Amino acid sequence: MSAVPIIAAPHVHAGTSVRRSMILVMLALVPATAWGITQYGWPAVNLLLVTVGAAVVAEAFSLRAAGQTVRPGLGDGSALLTGWLLAMTLPPWSPWWIGVLGAVFAIVVSKHVFGGLGQNLFNPAMVGRVVLLVAFPLEMTTWVAPHVVFQPASPSFVESLSITFQSALDTDAISGATALGHERGPPAVSEGQNEPSAGKFDVREALLGEQYGSLGEGSAALLAAGGLLLLLTGVVRWPIPVAMLGSVALVATLFHALEPARYGDAVFHLLSGGLVLGALFIATDPVTSPVTRTGQLVFGAGCGLLTYTIRTWGGYPEGVAFAVLLMNAVTPIIDYYIRPRVFGRTLSGISLKLPDEKPAAPAKPWGTNVPRGSRP
Amino acid sequence: MRIVHVRGGVRLNGRKRRAERGRITSLPIPAYLNVPLKQHIGAPAEPVVRVGEHVLKGQLLGRPPGPMSAPVHAPTSGRVIAIGAAPAPHPSGLDTPTITVQSDGEEQWIELAPPIDPLALDAAAIEERIADAGVVGLGGAAFPAAVKLRLRTRHPIHTLIVNGAECEPYLTCDDRLMQERAEEIIDGVRIMLRALEQDRSGPSIRALIAIENNKGDALAALKKAASAHPGIATIAVPTRYPMGSEKHLIRAVTGKEVPARALAPEIGVLVHNVGTAFAIHRALRFGKPLISRIVTLSGGAVASPQNFEVLIGTPVSALLRAAGGLRQPPARLLMGGPMMGAMLPHAEVPIVKGTSGILALTSAEIAARPAAPCIRCGTCVAVCPCGLVPVEMVSQIRGGRLEGALRFGLLDCVGCGTCAYSCPSRIPLLQYLNFAKGELTARERTKHKAEEARRLAERRRLRLAQQAEARAATATARPRQQHRHPEGSEATGAPDRTTNPQVAA
Repeated sequence: MSAVPIIAAPHVHAGTSVRRSMILVMLALVPATAWGITQYGWPAVNLLLVTVGAAVVAEAFSLRAAGQTVRPGLGDGSALLTGWLLAMTLPPWSPWWIGVLGAVFAIVVSKHVFGGLGQNLFNPAMVGRVVLLVAFPLEMTTWVAPHVVFQPASPSFVESLSITFQSALDTDAISGATALGHERGPPAVSEGQNEPSAGKFDVREALLGEQYGSLGEGSAALLAAGGLLLLLTGVVRWPIPVAMLGSVALVATLFHALEPARYGDAVFHLLSGGLVLGALFIATDPVTSPVTRTGQLVFGAGCGLLTYTIRTWGGYPEGVAFAVLLMNAVTPIIDYYIRPRVFGRTLSGISLKLPDEKPAAPAKPWGTNVPRGSRP
Repeated sequence: MRIVHVRGGVRLNGRKRRAERGRITSLPIPAYLNVPLKQHIGAPAEPVVRVGEHVLKGQLLGRPPGPMSAPVHAPTSGRVIAIGAAPAPHPSGLDTPTITVQSDGEEQWIELAPPIDPLALDAAAIEERIADAGVVGLGGAAFPAAVKLRLRTRHPIHTLIVNGAECEPYLTCDDRLMQERAEEIIDGVRIMLRALEQDRSGPSIRALIAIENNKGDALAALKKAASAHPGIATIAVPTRYPMGSEKHLIRAVTGKEVPARALAPEIGVLVHNVGTAFAIHRALRFGKPLISRIVTLSGGAVASPQNFEVLIGTPVSALLRAAGGLRQPPARLLMGGPMMGAMLPHAEVPIVKGTSGILALTSAEIAARPAAPCIRCGTCVAVCPCGLVPVEMVSQIRGGRLEGALRFGLLDCVGCGTCAYSCPSRIPLLQYLNFAKGELTARERTKHKAEEARRLAERRRLRLAQQAEARAATATARPRQQHRHPEGSEATGAPDRTTNPQVAA
């Protein structure tokens, strides 16, 4: 035996890595996040930092508890991204414990209890969000109007600390409904003069994110720009976003055509809530989505249809998180039943027919229907 | 002609530039040559020379024991100094039966058969000469070329594809061969067509020379050489790994898909490498056996990457020396391309018929990194040219469920390595898949052996029972002899038989 360890082919690599993917996703999130911060001011910065920090600490703690080395696990950036995505879906002026609780739940319960990176069935950030939504409905639906940072009306850094860390938010004074919430019932509060129309849908506001909503869900345009980067770099493949956005647009158009007064149109649904964020950044989480292209199309369409269903007839104004989690649950089944056609076989795994072959004995999947004698 | 899209695959960084410029150079004759007796798929050749014997260049050293084998010839004139075991060009570095020839530097050829017009020979004669010349597939698999051609007797062939895709990075041996010896390749193709067209009624066979579109000069050279022959056409295929894989190339240029576990000739297509076509030309026009081939020497650690015409049996170390040595110690020494090639344990192994390249890669080129957890991103599924789900197969294999991997189509994997190349977590997917294939084959063999042993034991039991019966019958006929041989002859006879399996069988 030789002393040189034997290493199998291939001996070169594409140069991609999990870390690179995570970094690119974070890069893609930067424009929308930055915009969210300018819209909601210092409290949003605090919330983002607290949530991300909690996620990273929880990751380090979990890795150590599992007896793994902490550095490579933290280095891949997955915990950072989970925390970031969670923060993007939170009301921007949420108290600190909302972010911490959500992040810890996302990382510890939803990810590491299942075995860590790659083993979790459900999207950690969405588990974190849904737990918060169910447990703390008030805090999770307290939306503030955009307070453009560095404007006199917006809270200073010191004021922001009390908003985030002492829950000093006078909710009644400044909160309002999101457009989706408004669509479902009477608007909650009156509108301010120079503020964007609370609860009313406006395409320009939705595109730019000048509206009531979560920290990073606001600007559909900036989120789409980030998503485009992910599609171009190959970090995200097209089937899930296309199927999810497409299915929502389709059913929304259909119902809107039937009864325009009751159902919002496709543009309203596409630009509202977390749909763009969800379709490009959350449903596309590789760990919790199917591995085949057809499976991803089914998954994306399922997410879209469930989102629309929950938004329109369900008990919550927004359904992206629930839709993604429900589809996460069926991902193993999708992957079990939907597989690509193997080269030289039919979809059901039966070897293709030879040109001169007579229909002989019933072919067995994964067997050979080539008579033995015909091969040398 | 329309090229059919083939699923999956990747665009690789070709890294061919460094070696593709220079002309093919002949290597000085090394001091000794190690000629392994098995350089092909099939049974090893049997030596026909003795130690100490003087052999001439091109003289037969080893004869094939059966139809599924190939002969080996003396690469140069000299003395046979050893017939024994020498390190094989294999990652294990284990020994393989080898004939060592010490060259006398004379390059004295054995008397060659007088030149004949191969295009006037019949198919059987062409195939016999190809077989006698020891020509095997030079694309890497080293399948005896004559055996492949003879498949025409079982399956009507309508298309001959000449594979000049050369999709592996670094390798440029086929590229240079096509540029410099296009006429000879076309001649080899014509000889093959001649053999295939025998006894064939109906439309004549077409020959398609498929070349990846990154090799413009080779395409032009072959197009020019083929222009005089209406049955032969060149065709540019996309530069996309693994375009050179037989079944995928057939799909791309003919649109036909070889059924799983079937052979290409069964759908009427035969694929031969351009190097094989050249070797056939040489064997038929000049009677010269396959004793040399074009080898690409490249990689970041090589001082001056280039293509060499190398005698079979030349030690890799001699090739490295002749090429001006290495710039730095290589992080990995490979035989073949970086996608499917094998690691060499050291440079004291011979160049064989299937050696397309020797690569000395630096650590920067390999960029090895430890494997990370699988994030189920599905990249391996998207790039697999065979439509497999490597992520699921490997998770079955890691869990020890090899049969589970079979149900996912393990045996349909061509081993191209595209999955492992693309895996962001750097999981050695191909290694798992190859392990499972090997393990299943071994199990199959063990099972077969056990069944065979059971079958033989059962036959022996029956035979013994019959003998005992016969003796009993004789004993009844001659009752007096009965107590002199009380059944004991059987008991003493049995061990003798078991010690000699030939008798038992």
